[in-house]
Amino acid sequence: MNILVCVKQVPDTTEIKIDPITNTLIRAGVPSIVNPFDAYALDLAVRIKETNGGSITVLAMGPEQAKSALKECLSVGADKAILVSDRAFGGSDTLATSYILSTTIKAIEKKTEKFDLILCGKQAIDGDTGQVGPEIAEHLGYSQVTYAEDITVDGEILRVIRENDDRHEIIETQIPAVITVIKTAYEPRYATIKSKMAANKVQIPTMTSGDLDIDLERTGLKGSPTKVKKTFVPQLKKSGIIIKGETGSVSAFKLISLLSDARLI
Amino acid sequence: MGYILNEEQNSLVDMVKEFMTNEVKPHVSEFDISGEFPRELYEKAFEMGLHCLDIPEEFGGGGVDYLTAAAIYEEMAKVDAGFSTGLCATSLALKPVLIAGTPEQKKLFSDIIVPGAFGAFCLTEPDAGSDAGSVRTTAIREGDEYVINGGKCFITNGGVSDVYVVFASTDKSKGLKGLTAFIVERSRAGITVGKEENKMGIRLSNTTEVIFEDVRIPVTNLLGKEGDGFKIAMKTLDLSRPFVGAIAVGIAQRAIDESIKYSKERITFGKPIAKFQAIQFILADMDIETEAARQTVVHAIQLILANKPYSREAAIAKCFAGDVAVKVALNAIQVLGGYGYSRDYPVEKLLRDAKIFQIFEGTNQIQRVIIAGQLLK
Repeated sequence: MNILVCVKQVPDTTEIKIDPITNTLIRAGVPSIVNPFDAYALDLAVRIKETNGGSITVLAMGPEQAKSALKECLSVGADKAILVSDRAFGGSDTLATSYILSTTIKAIEKKTEKFDLILCGKQAIDGDTGQVGPEIAEHLGYSQVTYAEDITVDGEILRVIRENDDRHEIIETQIPAVITVIKTAYEPRYATIKSKMAANKVQIPTMTSGDLDIDLERTGLKGSPTKVKKTFVPQLKKSGIIIKGETGSVSAFKLISLLSDARLI
Repeated sequence: MGYILNEEQNSLVDMVKEFMTNEVKPHVSEFDISGEFPRELYEKAFEMGLHCLDIPEEFGGGGVDYLTAAAIYEEMAKVDAGFSTGLCATSLALKPVLIAGTPEQKKLFSDIIVPGAFGAFCLTEPDAGSDAGSVRTTAIREGDEYVINGGKCFITNGGVSDVYVVFASTDKSKGLKGLTAFIVERSRAGITVGKEENKMGIRLSNTTEVIFEDVRIPVTNLLGKEGDGFKIAMKTLDLSRPFVGAIAVGIAQRAIDESIKYSKERITFGKPIAKFQAIQFILADMDIETEAARQTVVHAIQLILANKPYSREAAIAKCFAGDVAVKVALNAIQVLGGYGYSRDYPVEKLLRDAKIFQIFEGTNQIQRVIIAGQLLK
């Protein structure tokens, strides 16, 4: 199984603060990480590879700095990494980004073999749109499944467990397919000292617009119809906790222990 | 922050920080109270290769440079000094093998450790700690074998190791010059683990007696030559001291971090106590001393890397960092007041963990003897 995982380097939102005056993210000094849903997608790819064999390529679009995210991916099981980067790509919205990524995928496939499976995280934790994965599928003309929790491979058939609000669906699709992945039941594994050191030594190739058969009118700010009109911080509404034990006394016990853990009693 | 590391070195430190924070930190208090050995947590650390950081790559280890290794030990110690000590003790056992071992012996040791195991350095005995010349354990040569008899105590990883480096006398009449070092696999017949210490601190590490009764090992397990033992032990301890210092610095840094957090939250007289100079001065002094201790560690390691003499600086690093850890942990308790004295908050444990750093791997009195010896020679 030849798998491609699209990853994005994002600011670690657990450490991010919002400027109360400008309402924009304060990015200075905030560490960058691999988008967590992409990390789940990569871990799922590694588990598919462990049972079915094959190879995993990770692809990121972004500045040179995004190579550190790709190295992170190499240290936890990816075999190859490619960065696609060009000044003309700056300011791309999801449509332009998915166009660039799908064009890059075609270029990689032209040079090497075709991918059987393309995985993306369901969304990036900075933009939270969830659009790039499905759009890649549309650009490539591949079938797509979103919000996958697990994937099993049966020959050329991919069996996907797809999460819904109130149920799970089991969907079968043929390769090649684009699948977007949610938080799975498995925590992504840690790198080892050795895999980390080995990944640090890898020279990651960068593809630019010159390597692609691409229409630059469809990239960057020019190719991005999305316009941000306003950003604001929504007011936090504190929701309560519903304690529903088997019996009244079980619930009461839970309530007491919650209050006591919170040092309120 | 002391260590000037490049991006690649930092990526290793960050990875360990993430692991310690997510996997180890939530369980530290539980194991500190129970005194149980957190084997599963160590096994997770083995999977990452944290037990063989400085085993050279050619023998399957991480081949991590000493500066990064020290930064990693500090990072681990910020979460738990006992856990850091348990992993560092394997590295302590490795050092005599790296110093005096043949390639075959390095391979023998590495092949046991690398797949996931502990090692232990066995020098201390009930009547011989600082005074290594009084070691009573004997190793008598019989044909192609040595027969080892004796008992070691306060051995870090004693009960959990798969391989020991044992210091025994091959000629009692020669005192220090009769001391010899051996690699002894746990699988050899005649090894028993004695009493496990119920310790004041570093309770996530295992400390036991190890008893050797007619333990037969091949002569190929002899490190260096007969009589080289004291020299090997001293070189090992010299080399290991900066790393012990790094762990002590980790305790001190945690004490600072907890004190800052608390002093921003705790309100008295209508404002956070961090706004009072009385608290600010304590915090600043804690930082001055901790950063200075860290610098002694870094400096000793830079001397090692530059192939320059470092006995004095390694002793200074271990001694100063140990003293600072105790002092800074005490100050953290003061900043947290009554809560600092309570087991519900993490700082009383830091003091219990810190104290051993003035005692093990050469007491801080012995460190001063070493430093004075260097001054007066």
